[in-house]
Amino acid sequence: MSAPAAHAGPGGPPNLAILTRPFPPTVPIVMASLASVLIGGIWLASFVPRKPPLGVPTVLGALGVVLLVVGLLLLTRVPWVSKTPFPVVWRWAFLAYLVIAALIWFAFFHNHTRGATLALVTVMLAVFALDVPTLIAATVARYTDTDA
Amino acid sequence: MPPRTIIPVRALPVIGVILIALVVVIATNSQWGLMLFHVAGGGLWTGIDLFVGFVVGPILGRLSLPARAEFSARFMPMMAVIMPTLVVMTLASGLQVALNLGNLDVGSINHRWLMASFIVVGIMAVVALGILEPANITVLIEMRKPVPNGAVIGVLMKRFVVTAGVTGVMQVATLLIMTRVATQ
Repeated sequence: MSAPAAHAGPGGPPNLAILTRPFPPTVPIVMASLASVLIGGIWLASFVPRKPPLGVPTVLGALGVVLLVVGLLLLTRVPWVSKTPFPVVWRWAFLAYLVIAALIWFAFFHNHTRGATLALVTVMLAVFALDVPTLIAATVARYTDTDA
Repeated sequence: MPPRTIIPVRALPVIGVILIALVVVIATNSQWGLMLFHVAGGGLWTGIDLFVGFVVGPILGRLSLPARAEFSARFMPMMAVIMPTLVVMTLASGLQVALNLGNLDVGSINHRWLMASFIVVGIMAVVALGILEPANITVLIEMRKPVPNGAVIGVLMKRFVVTAGVTGVMQVATLLIMTRVATQ
């Protein structure tokens, strides 16, 4: 995929081609990843303080990981993404959502979640902390005029 | 003239203090503190979502593009730091409150209502984190350029207004559920 050539320079009309240029479906795929880990998290939280069955949340967590990786791999196939603020936006958003994920993790840990359940919670929160920056940075990249 | 930074940096120490206080309140299991964080955080989260979704959003949608850009350049950076802080305050303290009150136990009369609230929050999270916040940040970055692309800002602002309306509707469901839980 390449950036469109139909760019209007500074002071000219807005570059409408940005709105229609091809872009991989990273955002919907990573949204599905986010939905998977949120459903898994809700499943786990619904059993607190008892020990939850881990089959369903494990599948949802794994699905979240796979969808995140697929979303990121699709982005790597777009060469002009590296010319956008994707990496900077991703890093700062990751820092913010890492703090949020750590706080939620602490709430589970404080309530005696341990062992395999805690490991699963940790994986899901890690996916959450990676999903959100990817969604934000991919949207920024999608609408960045790389010809400007 | 847009602000020099995407988010208001001066707000970060305040947010840091709030988050440290949240950890202390959870660690000490302070009933007053937990209720303060959950009720104050939840009330503000719901109120702001409803106000933005049903009052600010429709007004914003009818403004001219320059007026919309001018307002958004000052409004959206604040939203980018306030909303995630309120959400984490409400959810982290809420889990602890629900555990302390026994509302999460399967036998509790409130268990199903809380599950319903989890689902509502989950839907709001996917919409807000997947569409609304990325649109918000992208508009802020676009507006900092020497020549912002009005078409991009227009499309993303429309997305912001629609998703703010969706989260507003979900917040009505939250109000119904939480008032039911508190009165059973």
